[in-house]
Amino acid sequence: MTRLRLPSTLLLGVCLALAFAPAKAADGYDPWPGLVQDIFQNKPMQDGGNVLSIEMPARAEDASVVPVTLRSKLSPADERRIKTITLVIDQNPAPMAAKFTLGADANVTAISTRVRVNNYTDVHAVAELTDGQLYVVKTFVKASGGCSAPAAKNPDEAKARIGQMRYRQFTQGGDGASSGIREAQVMVGHPNNSGLQMDQVTQLYIPAFFVDQLTLSQDGSLVLSVEGGISISEDPNIRFTYVSNGAKHFRAEARDTQGHVFEHEWPAEGSGT
Amino acid sequence: MVSRLIILIMVWALTLGGVVHAAPETLEVSEIAPGVFVYIGQTALMTAGNDGAIANVGFIIGDDAVAVVDTGGSVREGRALLAAIRARTDKPIRYVINTHAHPDHVFGNAAFQADGTSFVGAKNLPRALAVRGPHYIEAFRRLMGPELIDEVRLIAPSILVEDRMSLDLGGRSLTLKAWSTAHSDCDLTVSDDRSRTLFAGDLVFLRHIPVMDGSLRGWIGDLGGLAAIGADRVVPGHGPVSPWPLALSDERRYLDTLAHDISGLIKAGKPISEAAGAAQSERGKWELFDDYNARNATAAFSELEWE
Repeated sequence: MTRLRLPSTLLLGVCLALAFAPAKAADGYDPWPGLVQDIFQNKPMQDGGNVLSIEMPARAEDASVVPVTLRSKLSPADERRIKTITLVIDQNPAPMAAKFTLGADANVTAISTRVRVNNYTDVHAVAELTDGQLYVVKTFVKASGGCSAPAAKNPDEAKARIGQMRYRQFTQGGDGASSGIREAQVMVGHPNNSGLQMDQVTQLYIPAFFVDQLTLSQDGSLVLSVEGGISISEDPNIRFTYVSNGAKHFRAEARDTQGHVFEHEWPAEGSGT
Repeated sequence: MVSRLIILIMVWALTLGGVVHAAPETLEVSEIAPGVFVYIGQTALMTAGNDGAIANVGFIIGDDAVAVVDTGGSVREGRALLAAIRARTDKPIRYVINTHAHPDHVFGNAAFQADGTSFVGAKNLPRALAVRGPHYIEAFRRLMGPELIDEVRLIAPSILVEDRMSLDLGGRSLTLKAWSTAHSDCDLTVSDDRSRTLFAGDLVFLRHIPVMDGSLRGWIGDLGGLAAIGADRVVPGHGPVSPWPLALSDERRYLDTLAHDISGLIKAGKPISEAAGAAQSERGKWELFDDYNARNATAAFSELEWE
């Protein structure tokens, strides 16, 4: 009897897993183990619940613009620091959405951006700490319904906006200003084409065309850099919390897959275009 | 005897429940003006249960030929629309006009592919179908099942409207107008000059909350031009046939409220994740508010923060 009990419990587990699988993905296939191999070379990962959090809406309202926020949960007393965070949207055509590298001296504690979500999917955030360990957290996002598509709404406008950049410092409440904590946003006008659509006339796939590198710095010191992919929404938009080093200037440099370089510098405490 | 048979069929249909599809084999169209027929879609999301028949579709019969305006959310609905046409006329279907690329308006196209039938759309419609079509098919196969979706074909228009175009049905001319990005990036309206009826596609919503998948500013900017169209009545993309241009007032209020609230959030430095709190004063005034308002607000936020 005892020998039978274990398999039947296992079987129940399998049945439950199967029952819930359709809500997860159309075919129930979990790409995560393969992604761990491809992106992280199967390096062991620990639960990251005490290291970082990932916030996304439970449902992707607009498939082409889904907000995501990553926050550090390390206490200021912790000797470790987050070096990088890799954002993976498991069921997207290009799952690796972005890799953020956090400046060693910028104390970045929150990063928000917007991504495309094609399907019902797990979204993983993997932090690499200065101790060399990987820590993972995940959330689940339901695909949007209706006529929402992970595509441009106004492709002509997006094309016309290529290379425009905006910088904004948000007003700090409380003792934010005196403590040096800042919240800022950088916007880069770019269609960030996925390359997954076919030209109807030529029957050829339109090449992917996206911002693959964005570097943000304060007076030459790295705040945050982003290696982006096609899962980042049109007009890449990064909002982040960091500590000012007293710099006078904030600088953004973006590069796209066709080799265009867009760069701009603003007075650090202001906002501008 | 006949009535007993009908009751039997009804009981049988009720017993089958979910297996019975909402859209009948022939769409129940009404003749809203002489020669102008409309099927009013359900105010709902597209599901297997409703065959995707959620948008208004219609047809106009001229002296020589017929024009179809939108084909519905599945080939099954398209065939039911075709059957409704054939129940009223045997004139050839010369034009199938798509008011834009959304699945509830174009998924029935395959039912109308035939010699002598031309598909018509705004100049940007082929691009929108190419970019979004494969995603729509994949997404709606998940939502509505392969039986309804596998037969869907993305049929791009062969007649493109750059700005304005006139189509002749024999003694009856239709005026087509392509709009700049508003509800979507390929909106097209169709005016039947004889009956002064405007088919507005999804540039006009009534009861069903407007869905913004193009440009909020563009849409608000087009309202004046839309209102100036000389027509007595409008067939909106969703909602009842209504007097024109009075029918625009609810939509105008919603879009203005959304723009006002989103601008306020951006000015106050709020993040996009708080966009869904916009236009809450409109809750209760629209059906499907919770299905679309957060989405409209998110899209509007990403548009308006460039201002």
